[in-house]
Amino acid sequence: MAWFSKSEEKQKSGRENLWIKCKQCYSHIYENEWKKNLNVCPNCNFHGSIKSWDRVELIFDKNTFKELFANISPVDSLKFVDLKGSYKDKFEANKKKSGLSEAVLTGHGKINGIKVATAIMDFRFLGGSLGSATGEKILRAANYAYQKNIPYIVFSESGGARMQEGVLSLMQMAKTCNGIAKLNKKNIPYISVLANPTTGGVTASYAMMGDINIAEPFAVIGFAGRRVIEQTIGEKLPADFQTAEYLLKHGFVDSIVNRKDLKHFISNVLSYYNR
Amino acid sequence: MSSKSRKKNTADSNTKTAWEIVKISRHPNRPLLKDYLEHVFENFIELHGDRYFADDPAIAGGFAEIEGNKVMVIGHNKGKNTTENIERNFGMAKPEGYRKALRLMRLAERFNIPIITIIDTPGAFPGMEAEERGQAESIAKNITEMIKIEVPIIAVVIGEGGSGGALGIGVGDKILMLSNAIYSVISPEGCASILWRDASYAPDAAKALNITATSLMKLGVIDEIIKEPGEGAHNDYKKTFDQVKNSVLANLKLLENLSVNKLLDKRSEKYSNMGKFSTSS
Repeated sequence: MAWFSKSEEKQKSGRENLWIKCKQCYSHIYENEWKKNLNVCPNCNFHGSIKSWDRVELIFDKNTFKELFANISPVDSLKFVDLKGSYKDKFEANKKKSGLSEAVLTGHGKINGIKVATAIMDFRFLGGSLGSATGEKILRAANYAYQKNIPYIVFSESGGARMQEGVLSLMQMAKTCNGIAKLNKKNIPYISVLANPTTGGVTASYAMMGDINIAEPFAVIGFAGRRVIEQTIGEKLPADFQTAEYLLKHGFVDSIVNRKDLKHFISNVLSYYNR
Repeated sequence: MSSKSRKKNTADSNTKTAWEIVKISRHPNRPLLKDYLEHVFENFIELHGDRYFADDPAIAGGFAEIEGNKVMVIGHNKGKNTTENIERNFGMAKPEGYRKALRLMRLAERFNIPIITIIDTPGAFPGMEAEERGQAESIAKNITEMIKIEVPIIAVVIGEGGSGGALGIGVGDKILMLSNAIYSVISPEGCASILWRDASYAPDAAKALNITATSLMKLGVIDEIIKEPGEGAHNDYKKTFDQVKNSVLANLKLLENLSVNKLLDKRSEKYSNMGKFSTSS
């Protein structure tokens, strides 16, 4: 079985060097075209995953972004081992593969001249999961916004809490919301941008707490997993369930904004901040 | 490799394995919120509804007294039997439950009385209507607001501390936990089915997740372990209630003399320090 799945993986990755298969409409897009279009499908407007550093380029004015708290990285405090090995081996392998030290990039920069603090999640690092170091960086960036009196923008793209850190990862929900609570008290704006996917403990903490919640088109945003809910209720869920469009309809996001328009939308909204 | 061959989790003081503790935490005769309301607290005045949508029977709350101290009690409301459990959705709350809890916490703040939350849930309800009405938002909101509430909050984990569903009423100044209760980011079964691809590895997942009171005390997630008598709370209700009552009263006393600013600073600091990470990458 192992040889089979491996060779299939190889084939797939070989193909991916040239063609990207859209996860929504399944059309094959030439990789260069996909990248030029900011990882958005030119055919159906599905917004694919985007690297944190590419997000920086897209959102921040040229040469204004400064990374902060890059020294913070995970530890395997529970010595967690599952069938596939230890958590430590897993995150070390992820570090090598992605060149990242955590699932979030934090820093400050200017958006059309407006100075902000930011945290940008990166799905490539353990599925953008929320662990202790992730939470610490998100809190520190919030504290930076608090100290400097500047707005805070968080971009989420995450499968939720990081199981391998047990309840410590659950506690990151409270830790990060603690940072948001402080911003609330000081009337500092906090904008949350939800990309595909934003689920579980991340949705149930800082990602849903934006003064303004912005979603990218077709992003899956939810608390419980679709499969779990289908098992609970014993029936199929509607196709648009837990999509950005579904959340807009039910009142949980302010607006759905195309990736190429995000920079303008954020700076436009912040131009109304009068303190 | 069957999970049956696993070693005893010797790290636990009472030498029970994590999985044995999971089973005790879910024991059918384990005392529930209702029992605590009757025997630890007095004169419970239940208050219903979130004022937006409905009253969620999976969470109950209201005014009560503990040794003459007036408090607000809010807890997950598991049932004693199938009928009760169906009515109360097995203690799995929906957004209206979390919103009711927040409404009652704000009421406690206005009345200037401490809040005691009682945690015992498999998790927040994973259903379509719950998602539609903002399960994630309701939990996120509670967590954020509980950081700001200007009266003391004591949370007591009496049985199952199921992930976000527990944390939605679980942020506080002091987190107490019964010695056979559990608190986890995911159920052992759920974790096993994802990371082991087989739910029958739940005992291994339970051990790996560090979900027992002893483990959580070491990790700095809880403040105090309330020791259960003998084989567990189900064997001696009276002793359990006495222990819980004493512990809650002692912690109330610790918190009652703090100024609001000091209380909130300490709470914020507590959550700022949660977690373990490296600063030398």
